[in-house]
Amino acid sequence: MAIGSRLAAQTALIPAMLIALVVYCGSTGWTIWISMTSSRMLPNNNFVGLRQYEILFANERWQVSVQNLALFGVLFITLALALGFFLAVLIDQRVRAEDLLRSVFLYPFSMSFIVTGLAWRWLLDPTLGIAKIAHDIGFEGVQFDWLVRQDRVIYTLLAAAIWHAAGLVMAIMLSGLRGIDQEIWKATRIDGIPAWRTYIFVVIPMLKGSFATATILMATSVVRLYDLSVAMTNGGPGIASEVPAKFVMDNLFERQNIGLATAAATSMLITVVAVVAPLLYAQNRAAARVAR
Amino acid sequence: MAQTAEVIHWWTSGGESAAVKVFADQFTKAGGTWVDTAIAGGPNARTAAINRTIGGNPPTAMQFNTGKQFDELVEGGLLADVDAVAAQQNWKAIVPPAILSAVTRNGHAYAVPINIHGQNWFFTSNAVMAKAGATEPKNWDELFVALDKIKAAGFIPLAFGDQKGWERNMFNTTLAGVAGAEGFTAFWGKRDPAFVKSAEFRKVAETYRRFKAYVDPGAPGRNWNDAAAMVIQGKAGMHIMGDWAKGEFTAAGQTPGKDYGCFVLSNHGGGYVMGGDVFAFPKPKNAEVAKAQALLATTMMAPDTQIAFARKKGSIPSRQDVDSKSLDLCAQKAMGFVADKSKQIPANELLSPPAVTGAAEDVISAYWNDATMTTDAFVAKLVTALTQTL
Repeated sequence: MAIGSRLAAQTALIPAMLIALVVYCGSTGWTIWISMTSSRMLPNNNFVGLRQYEILFANERWQVSVQNLALFGVLFITLALALGFFLAVLIDQRVRAEDLLRSVFLYPFSMSFIVTGLAWRWLLDPTLGIAKIAHDIGFEGVQFDWLVRQDRVIYTLLAAAIWHAAGLVMAIMLSGLRGIDQEIWKATRIDGIPAWRTYIFVVIPMLKGSFATATILMATSVVRLYDLSVAMTNGGPGIASEVPAKFVMDNLFERQNIGLATAAATSMLITVVAVVAPLLYAQNRAAARVAR
Repeated sequence: MAQTAEVIHWWTSGGESAAVKVFADQFTKAGGTWVDTAIAGGPNARTAAINRTIGGNPPTAMQFNTGKQFDELVEGGLLADVDAVAAQQNWKAIVPPAILSAVTRNGHAYAVPINIHGQNWFFTSNAVMAKAGATEPKNWDELFVALDKIKAAGFIPLAFGDQKGWERNMFNTTLAGVAGAEGFTAFWGKRDPAFVKSAEFRKVAETYRRFKAYVDPGAPGRNWNDAAAMVIQGKAGMHIMGDWAKGEFTAAGQTPGKDYGCFVLSNHGGGYVMGGDVFAFPKPKNAEVAKAQALLATTMMAPDTQIAFARKKGSIPSRQDVDSKSLDLCAQKAMGFVADKSKQIPANELLSPPAVTGAAEDVISAYWNDATMTTDAFVAKLVTALTQTL
């Protein structure tokens, strides 16, 4: 009986497994293969070894893209976590109109990156938006041109992305905070520990799960960062706000250079695996230890 | 029995859809049924068309820019030739050789060259030029004199939609104007490192970056039609763009000569950078489709279609045997360039494949935007970009 139901369950899983195998693994394998060919518009099987990777890593735009992603990723995750947690703590003070505030903070997340990017582009445009309002009300000296400055433009993307994600982090954190046993608060109060210390030294460690969830969600949006850059700056000025996913898309389609595009995609995959694999390994070991 | 043709193109703006409607109407009149698949954005439309062709569900016809964009489709045996139509209409006698050779591979014509676009026009606001006391320049030194005058008069000298593709177009305009046809083809065609390292090219690079001083701070990310509108509204003096920008002026009710000026500027005489659009035909699945393709090709190249289309599009007809008197002043100038081989330069798309163009475009864009990049660094990076693709 037990064996029979296991067999049935496994049979039922076959289609899903086949899809995973053929679609995900198959496509990944094919992508890696194409990255070692001289394919341009159409895929071909003309093997060139690692030539595409040599070209890729000598390419200045790719280098800038990778640097941008690293800077953006670290700052985005850190700042969005901090801001989201801070908002959640504020709301956790049993404020009035909590529902309304929660919705307001979460609202940006309901917008696509394209809309977010356009709205922020208009806000930050040196001839429209914030700069124009400041000039119109008499602050002639106000200069806000980060959007068109090569050394600053990435921070404007960062601001838009944090604005977009902070509400979600807040929601995750808030549900974590609400799950904390009131007894702990009572205990710390009896011990006379100030609330801020309780948050930092007691609550944050207890919210490990919430932090992990939020981090993973944001990490995926870092890797696939594309539409925000397209809508806000289209990679500009120059190549200052290019990102790896955009490099892949441009070469895949507009530039008819799928060999180079797949080399870039493979490099992204390897990086993600290099980061995620140790994490998964650590997690598995921790789980195994608990099980034992 | 009506012949049905599904046509993929990227003409979605006001003037463009009016132009494509000419094709649709003429095709309907000739007994066909036009199924319109407009996809916004050239790269998007081409990608969709290519994917469908490879995937075995091709459209009847698909648009490309005149040049190398469909090279691999020909090599892969995915396109049908249009030799029959070309022979019947005697394209050899009526289409400029540069355009004809751009659609010909191994002696066969693989696309219908429907129009010719000049890519390096200067458009000027007559009102602004008059107020600034500037006159139409005759060479590149006079150009900067005129721009200085416009600046001194308090106008934006150069309206610019600062996006990568237009940065490249401005660079190409400078390359054509300063280094002439020889330099242009040495750069995009032969991709000759010796030329890129030459003193002549350095002059091109430095002239290109001089434009930066004449552009307003709102330029980055602006669309080209918004930039054209600045000239139309008399806020800016000049705009560099292909002749499709004329559609914007026409839509605003302006007349060339009266409200705005148009000229091509070269230190070497002529210097008209000539590109255009074509339609290619995927290999037909049956005789019915083949007939529809032949009818479509014939209709697109028919004299009255050619004229009507060009008037709406801002381009000029690819057929030189049509009566062009009804075209505007700028188009008349263009017809003069097209009639004289020594005054033309084949466009970027005719000379380099998209992968090379794109790699060079990144470098050109970085040079334009990064004031700290030296011309030496620019030259070195360009040599890499032009030579390093598989």
